[in-house]
Amino acid sequence: MKFAKFAAIALAATILPFASAMAQTIKIGFITSYTGQNASVGVMMDKTVKLWMKEHEKDLPAGVKVEILTRDDTGPNPETAKRLATELVTRDKVDFLAGVIWTPNAAAIAPIAAEAKTPFVIMNAGTSAIIPSGGAPYTVRVSFTLWQSSLPLGQWAAKNNLKKVYSLVSDFGPGIDAETAFKKGFTDGGGNLVEAVRMPLATQDFAPFMQKAKDAKPDAVFVFIPAGVQATGVMKAYSDLGLAKEGIKLIGPGDITTDEELPNMGDVALGAITMFHYSAAATRPANQAFLKMWQRDYGANDWPAFEAAATWDGMMAIFDTIKAQGGKVNGEKSYSLLKGWKTDNSPRGPIMIDPENGDIIQNEYLRRVEKVNGVLGNVEIETFQTAVKDPWKLLNPKK
Amino acid sequence: MIFKWFNAEQGSAVERFAKRDRLNPLELLPWILAIAAYYVFPSYLPLGSQILLTILFAISLDLALGYAGIITLGHAAFFGVGAYSAGLYALHVTGEPLSGLVVAAIAAGILGLLSGLVILRTTGLTLIMLTLAVLLIVQEFANRARPITGGADGLNGIAMLPIFGVFRFDLFGHTAYWYCLSVLFVMWIFGLLLVRSPFGRSLTGVRENITRMHSIGAPVRRRLVTIYTISAAMAGVAGALLAQTSQFVGLATLGFERSGEIVIMLVLGGIGRIYGAIVGVVIFMIAQDSFARANPAFWSFWVGLLLVLIVLFARGGALGIADNLVALLRGRKK
Repeated sequence: MKFAKFAAIALAATILPFASAMAQTIKIGFITSYTGQNASVGVMMDKTVKLWMKEHEKDLPAGVKVEILTRDDTGPNPETAKRLATELVTRDKVDFLAGVIWTPNAAAIAPIAAEAKTPFVIMNAGTSAIIPSGGAPYTVRVSFTLWQSSLPLGQWAAKNNLKKVYSLVSDFGPGIDAETAFKKGFTDGGGNLVEAVRMPLATQDFAPFMQKAKDAKPDAVFVFIPAGVQATGVMKAYSDLGLAKEGIKLIGPGDITTDEELPNMGDVALGAITMFHYSAAATRPANQAFLKMWQRDYGANDWPAFEAAATWDGMMAIFDTIKAQGGKVNGEKSYSLLKGWKTDNSPRGPIMIDPENGDIIQNEYLRRVEKVNGVLGNVEIETFQTAVKDPWKLLNPKK
Repeated sequence: MIFKWFNAEQGSAVERFAKRDRLNPLELLPWILAIAAYYVFPSYLPLGSQILLTILFAISLDLALGYAGIITLGHAAFFGVGAYSAGLYALHVTGEPLSGLVVAAIAAGILGLLSGLVILRTTGLTLIMLTLAVLLIVQEFANRARPITGGADGLNGIAMLPIFGVFRFDLFGHTAYWYCLSVLFVMWIFGLLLVRSPFGRSLTGVRENITRMHSIGAPVRRRLVTIYTISAAMAGVAGALLAQTSQFVGLATLGFERSGEIVIMLVLGGIGRIYGAIVGVVIFMIAQDSFARANPAFWSFWVGLLLVLIVLFARGGALGIADNLVALLRGRKK
């Protein structure tokens, strides 16, 4: 019976395009968090989708329309995310699943994408293991992995006279990835990780953790928290307890100086060193164009951060896939087109989706928070490594 | 049929008393609707299963809160313990679902018994705080015991075997729906028998006048601990259903939000009457789902507004309104 149902759907999917060749609607199920922890990031991703549609809907083949179905997964709630994804593929029959801030949610959705043969484009969640070394069927990622940024940062720290580093990370998948990757890069280069502390994911007050870090008198504190308002909380604790005065540097992946929160942090953020793939302050033309569109629509004081860049590129990948198929999309074809998709026109520079496993390949930039025309920005000092594949997959090859 | 129901409460007092526990045909209506919903809304089955298992959770709360008057804000502790034990059982022992339910019921029941022995010595505000404390302890344990529970990442990779070796859990949620419905049905019968038994009646006595129950020599505390344990076990079964049907367990199952929401849903439907649990959950979850779909960014505002209206204008919950209507109709007939 189940096969019959699938056959019926498949048949309908083949016949329908001919029946209604005039108006072809392609549905994208977009899941993110509009409420709960980090709702501000969900809203930013939503703004990006709207901006993309406004700018690029006209690029679609004639007669093809794209419909976005937005859903709220209410924060790190995989049960909800899974139910929403199931409904989107079974009831709304979407052609793509996309979005998702939280790692546990993305991990819960990936099997649904595989079972329904609907491509799933992860636009944020950055734990390496969501996409194992052999790939996760029908899942690709356009955002980043924590390994990509934290491993090179560890290597940089070891080379640049930071002898003792204290690590503070959120106690969940990405945090543990960040800690492990940094530790590997740092200790392999001869550094000494004095202590690695994991903080509960929902922590609001970072002062107790920061105090303990200060007491250990390291050369730097390595921090990872999910980007968003928590980043400002970390910066506040770092400033209130006067770690900077003691000469203790603040380093981490770009989440701790995320572009949209920088204006809220103030001058204390100056000098923070991060390794990351996107900065709103980047000077490359693709980013300047993106920033101009963004601030035209959302105001000069609104800054797109890396989640916006990933959402933007994700939409680009989906649109390219639709165009390549002339508007008649098919899950299997879309997935094979997404793998190996690449562009030089991303706000973060050249990127590519790994044809082998579907994860992102991109440059990592070393950045320092500086004032540019009176505004704080993550200024890219150097392109630290180019075309970085997820290091975790290289260290944990397919068994 | 409806008229028969109205008339059932007329006649002599003795007659009414003798008939009061007989199953009323109207009580089958929710089940007919639930079966009809399967055929009418085949694409809403995942939401349907969630509603069914939440109803079971609400019924379990009704036993403690509605019937025995144990005011609690920590019922998610039992829901979550049930979910985690069912999840762990499926991961490490076997993916057979029915024995998973039993394991979950036992685990949650034990926590209910142990915590009940301690906290049911208190009443009122202290009791609320203590139920909350139990919830927070369990939650923090689950958060910290990462090697066992997966911490904030949750338990992933739960694979369920087919029910009776035949019915596989499918993507569309057909099996999950029937599974949840059957378990809820069995639990509902159990709940009805329980509250209509002498034991159940004595609980109402405790709720209404605890001093008198003490003076007639009823073992009040033992009754309270017993119903608390039963209620906890039932909540554990509801949690297990969530774990098995969504094949994932996360910290949100132990969240304060879940504890608070279930009380709200119960109050919305009407407490101390089993059916309040059904009506409240159905109204709340369908409203939440439609609001969230219509407006993903601001849906919580509309849900909040709905609650304010209910609390302001319908103190007895949705079934309270129904009662008033029935009373009004009957008054007119006379």
